Amino acid sequence: MHITQGTFSYLPPLSDEQVRTQVQYMIDNGWAVAVEFTDDPHPRNTYWTMWGLPMFDVRDAAAVMLEIEECRAGNRGCYVKVNGFDPSPLRQGQVLSFIVHRPTVDEKGYRMTRAETGGQVIGYALNPYAADQPAGKRYARNGG
Amino acid sequence: MPETVVRDDALDVGQAFRDSRVEEVLEALDRDLVGLTGVKTRIREIAAFLLVDRLRRQMGLEADRPVLHMSFTGGPGTGKTTVALRMAQILHRLGYIRRDHLVVATRDDLVGQYVGHTAPKTKEVLKKAMGGLLFIDEAYYLYRRENERDYGQESIEILLQVMENQREDLVVILAGYKDRMDGFFGSNPGLRSRVAHHLDFPDFTLEELMRIAQTMLEQQRYRLDDPARVAFGAYLQRRMALPDFANARSVRNAIDRIKLRHANRIYSGSGLATREELERIDAADILKSRVFLAMPAPAPPSDVI
Repeated sequence: MHITQGTFSYLPPLSDEQVRTQVQYMIDNGWAVAVEFTDDPHPRNTYWTMWGLPMFDVRDAAAVMLEIEECRAGNRGCYVKVNGFDPSPLRQGQVLSFIVHRPTVDEKGYRMTRAETGGQVIGYALNPYAADQPAGKRYARNGG
Repeated sequence: MPETVVRDDALDVGQAFRDSRVEEVLEALDRDLVGLTGVKTRIREIAAFLLVDRLRRQMGLEADRPVLHMSFTGGPGTGKTTVALRMAQILHRLGYIRRDHLVVATRDDLVGQYVGHTAPKTKEVLKKAMGGLLFIDEAYYLYRRENERDYGQESIEILLQVMENQREDLVVILAGYKDRMDGFFGSNPGLRSRVAHHLDFPDFTLEELMRIAQTMLEQQRYRLDDPARVAFGAYLQRRMALPDFANARSVRNAIDRIKLRHANRIYSGSGLATREELERIDAADILKSRVFLAMPAPAPPSDVI
């Protein structure tokens, strides 16, 4: 299952050249670019692990591409995303975020569980199949 | 970039040269920097080579991207940083770097204090410089022969890796004194082989220093009268003999101090100052310098100013 999170996620995966162009767009806008990764693809998981500090003073996308490449190489079985943070006083927030790497093995989807609570009310929960495995083993080959 | 093809099998070299707007930079270099003939010639050669390389690419003569890393050797104050700034403009206009920015770094910016501190520090600087030019001043301090566990070596290795693998993204200029740079390259052959252009910046002659001083004073709207000019020549002769003489930088500092004395003289004067007085520097402002106290007059040189 193709996980759809962040900008461009309904498009085919971006090529490196396209990623570079997007990153340069962020830098040219004065946004700080950060690289993050995780192996918990739950849509509510907002706390991805930071790959180094956000880059506030780079002028060229090549520097970010270097970090993305290293993060990919070190975390083959993870999702990697790039965030753009606009530090201008009016926004001060993340304005662009997109996935640049997906686990090299099958992306697993989500299991929906129903729980009957009081009366006839049914609560729903979404669990990534990947989260059945402990962190670090979720997208490894041969399940472990 | 406008298309420069005239016929199928010919390119207009002059047009390509004008389009790149490199000539402006080269002219500014000739105009703004006194002396340095050898350096200027080399830079023209490099610019011509890069332009031709680009034309060759347009004609489909594919080749590896030329190695552009350089070493600038010469004494302090001989214009290495200034030329590096111009070099960034030239490379940018010819399309060999993506932006014309220059990041200046020294050992302090690259080498860390403890284990594991160096790599992130070096990478931080490299990332900042990406797309442009990285100027490493006094590069030989990176390598400490006497201490094999010095973290400088780690920094050099990261540098080498980026210089080799990301030639498209970063041009590195290593700078420092000639003899020490030679020693540095001698003990780091990997670095030497990755540096394509060695430019040597000779020390300025007395006459060139006078012209530099003249230019600086004109820019700041000051004027030396004739006795002051003679005094400044004498000052420079004495100053050049001192061990910490730093060429154009010393001239600039000397001018700053002379301006202080000039201001002090006017301030403690009668109270009224004409425009002419505010502009003119007297011999007295110069002769109060410490070099005249400490040293006797040297033998008059053959080329009296």
